[in-house]
This record gives sequence, C-alpha cells and structure tokens, in this order.
Amino acid sequence: MGIIKIKQLVHDYLKHDEEGNIEGSSRAINKVSLEVEKGQFIAILGHNGSGKSTLAKHLNVILMPTEGSVWVNGKDTSEEKNLWEIRQSAGMVFQNPDNQIIGTVVEEDVGFGPENMGIPTEKIWQRVDKALRSVNMIAYRHHSPNKLSGGQKQRVAIAGVVAMRPQCIILDEPTAMLDPLGRKEVIETVRELNEKENVTVILITHYMEEVIYSDRVFVMDKGEIVLQGSPKEVFSQVERLKQYRLDVPQVTELAYELKKAGVELSDGILTTKELLDELKKQWMDRVKKENSR
Amino acid sequence: MIRDITIGQYYPADSVIHRLDPRVKLMGTIVFLISLFLFDHFVGYIIATLFLGCAIKMSKVPLKFMVKGLKAIFMLLAISVVFNLLLTDGVVVFQIWKIKVTQEGIRMAVFMAIRLVYLILGSSLMTLTTTPNDLTDGMEKAMSPLRKLRVPVHEISMMMSIALRFIPILLEETDKIMKAQQARGADFESGNLIRRAKSMIPILVPLFISAFRRANDLAMAMEARCYRGGEGRTKMKPLQYRKRDYITYGIYIGYLLAVVGVNLAWQRWM
Repeated sequence: MGIIKIKQLVHDYLKHDEEGNIEGSSRAINKVSLEVEKGQFIAILGHNGSGKSTLAKHLNVILMPTEGSVWVNGKDTSEEKNLWEIRQSAGMVFQNPDNQIIGTVVEEDVGFGPENMGIPTEKIWQRVDKALRSVNMIAYRHHSPNKLSGGQKQRVAIAGVVAMRPQCIILDEPTAMLDPLGRKEVIETVRELNEKENVTVILITHYMEEVIYSDRVFVMDKGEIVLQGSPKEVFSQVERLKQYRLDVPQVTELAYELKKAGVELSDGILTTKELLDELKKQWMDRVKKENSR
Repeated sequence: MIRDITIGQYYPADSVIHRLDPRVKLMGTIVFLISLFLFDHFVGYIIATLFLGCAIKMSKVPLKFMVKGLKAIFMLLAISVVFNLLLTDGVVVFQIWKIKVTQEGIRMAVFMAIRLVYLILGSSLMTLTTTPNDLTDGMEKAMSPLRKLRVPVHEISMMMSIALRFIPILLEETDKIMKAQQARGADFESGNLIRRAKSMIPILVPLFISAFRRANDLAMAMEARCYRGGEGRTKMKPLQYRKRDYITYGIYIGYLLAVVGVNLAWQRWM
C-alpha cells in the first residue's frame, strides 16, 4: 500500500444561516480516488475552486471526509486516535508565508513542531539544525522572519515541517504569493528534499512550470480528477487543459502551435532544451537531404 | 509614526543582557519601574540614570533606536509636563497674566518627564533584548504557580507571543491600507479630532477582517504542526538560571538599597 490512499472521497461544505442551521451544501470534492507511492513527487493542478486545496486539507486531517476514506501511512484519517500521528507523518505548508510562521526567530519557529511533539530538548536542536541546513537557511537562524523575503519565509515554513520528520510533505500553493525568484528557490528546495531525503512530496499549484519535474500529475476540475499521468502525457493534451482553464508551459504551447502549423515534433515537449534538440535534429536532416540531392 | 513604535520589537544582538534569563529581565524591569517612584530627589535620578545607562550600553542596542520609540509618547509627555508646570503651587518664579510657573512646578515637570521617559526606555529595553518567545516563556514560568488556581497560564503566554509576533505585520498592513485609501482620496490629516477618528473607520474595518483571516490561517497552521495546548509539550530553550543571572539579582538588590538608602539619607540630613 502506498503512503497515501484516497478512496471515493467526497467532501461537502455546509452552508449555515444566521442561526447556525444548515441551509445547504456545496460539493467540493466528488468521488476522488488516488494513490501515492513513497518517495514520489506528485503534482496536483487545478483552477481556483477545483477542490485541490480541500483535498490537501484531508491529508492533514484538517478536514474529515463526508463520504469515502483517506489513509495516510496506513492510518485512517477518520479515526480520532490517529490524528496526531497523521499530522506528524504528513506535514503541510500553506500559501501565505506570514500566516504560518509562529516563532519570532527563525530557529524558534522551526522548533515549534518538535516542541509540540514532546521531543527532548537536545533532539529538538539536532532536528532544527538539520532542517535548516536542508533548506539552506542555516545562516538566517537567528533572524526575525519579518525581515526575510517571501521565498526565504516559505523555506523556513518548509524547514518547520521537515523538523517534524514527516514521510510526506503537502504544499498547498506554496508559491502563489511569491515573486519568480522566490518561486524558484522554493521549488528547488522541495525537489532537493524529494531527491536527497526521499520525502514524498505533494505539490498543489497552478504554475505549470513547477510541475514538469514531477513523477505524476493529477488535474482537478469541479471536484474531480479529470486527467492524470506523467507530465509528458498530461501536457500533450493541450486542448483539454485549456478546456479546464489551465495554461501549459510556454515551450509546450510553442511546440504545440508549431506542430499545428506543420512542423514534425513529438507530443508533450516540456523544456526549452527538448524543443531545441528536436528542431536542431530536423534542421540537420533537412540540410543532409539537400546536400545529398 | 507607526514605524516609530519600538515597544514589542526585538533587536537582535549578542550581548550579556540578551543572554540573561527572561525572568531576571522581567524582575529587573519591575524593580526599575518601582524604583522610579521611590525617590524624589535628583541623587536618586543620577543612580537610576547610571543603572539604565549601563544596561543600555551593555545591551548593544543603539541609543538612537531606543529614543525613536519615545516619539510615540511625545504627546503624553508634553501634556504631563505642561500640567505639572502650570498647576503646582509654590514659590512663583514668573507670572504671565494668571498663569504662574513655580519652582516646585518646574521640578515636578522635569522629574515627571524623566520618569515617563525612563519608564518607556526601561520597558522597551526588556522587549528589545528578549525575544517574545523568551519573554512569554519567562512569564509562563513566573506565573506557573497560578496554574493551581486554574489560570490558563500556557494559553495566555501563547496568546501574548502570537500577538507580539503579529504586531509588526499588522502595523505594516495598516500602513498599506492607509496608503491605499489615501491613493483614492481619503484624508486622514485634516479636520478636528472627531472627524479624524471617523476617518479611521475605513482603515479599521479591512484591518479587522484581515486580522481574522490571518488568525484562521495561523490556527490551521498550528494545528497542522501538532499543536494541542501546553500538555506534553517540551521546550527547545528551557529556562535555566546561570551564574550571571544570580549576579544580576544581586545587582538589583544593590541598586534598590542604593536608591532607597540615598533617598532616606537625603531626607534626614538635608
């Protein structure tokens, strides 16, 4: 069994009127099933209101399933006794870096999680050291988080989760409020954690460029998973992605348009290098042909 | 104006004062504040000035940075000086129409001003040299006997540390909202007091909404990181008295004795 298993998950948000009676409900997630293996880098894509953040909150037991079930590390999230274990094994990083940093000094914030878990003092220090090193923020350990850039703050937040030694990190649009440089920093950090520490990563985003290195991509729309596969498979379906109001990476779009105009290219080109290589090859072929004539 | 408030901010530096146990600093601040009202003669002020001056010097916090914090209480200071100056009876120094300025008045005004300034400097020295986490840890530890009376000591200290953490963020936000409103023609500077107070409403409403939103986010982030109250929680930086802390307590006692002693001596012999 994989580290995360979701089976037929349904989530309804209840609407309350002024007296607190239930007025109605809206379905945010509709019968979603998916499975994640240990060590994978998973990306979940979707437009606003597609249910991707709601899905993330289920993995950390901030929300409970209306129907269906979620297992994290073999533990059912609907059982109260599993709550803290699940929260420890599936760490969560949120969108707004300011609203998730609790400490007033970087290292104190990173220590917050281990403190809550009741870890002895010396061990906390070891974990904080290691976590800060793994996100390259060790030089800022005594700084106030208010003086850091957005990308740095988000890396501190990631360190705060890493210090809890989770098997899986869920990042809910961690780069939505950052500038391009900060986005790059955060994504590089996450990729490094995935590769070096073998942490399972679930990245929720709507920036296509962040998805191309993932092992598997899920596209959500209106509470359902509408498309899944490797980045290449998903991005080769440009028309369908546009239908879900999602963009494809610029290079992919260019390749797609070139192909439509008659250039012979393979499907789902993800990087500039790939496109360049293919174009070069074709150019060489044509030159060769003309020379032999 | 908003950025001038230095109370509640932490100034990172590596000094003896920074390294002291927060309980010691808390006690020191209380001792200093009380001592300010124990004497009424300038010798006492000299001792207090020396004490505060040494503490500031040792803390490596630039004096300029501390004085900036005084701007916020300037109005209060001015009012108390004027009232003391004009409303104290005694030997008249000079008189313009019905307004009398007396020797005692001048003395009271000067002393009051010094007291107020020292109050602010003394307490901001504590917050500037103690991380809010340390500060609330100190308070939590100092108040822990109250837990027997069912006072939620841990929760109070957690609330305080979060409030302190968000002060700069909310100030920045206020600044941003004000600028946004000004860009759309809002006027915060003209008009009488009531009108100015009224013009604050369009700032406070969005500020409150965003504060609640932040609170909601933060609560979620804390829960996601396994926060479940003070029970079973360990400390990354547990408080422990060291030699320098005991020495500092000794210095406090010396200081208090000096202040009280000098004052008594002055009263008896002068």
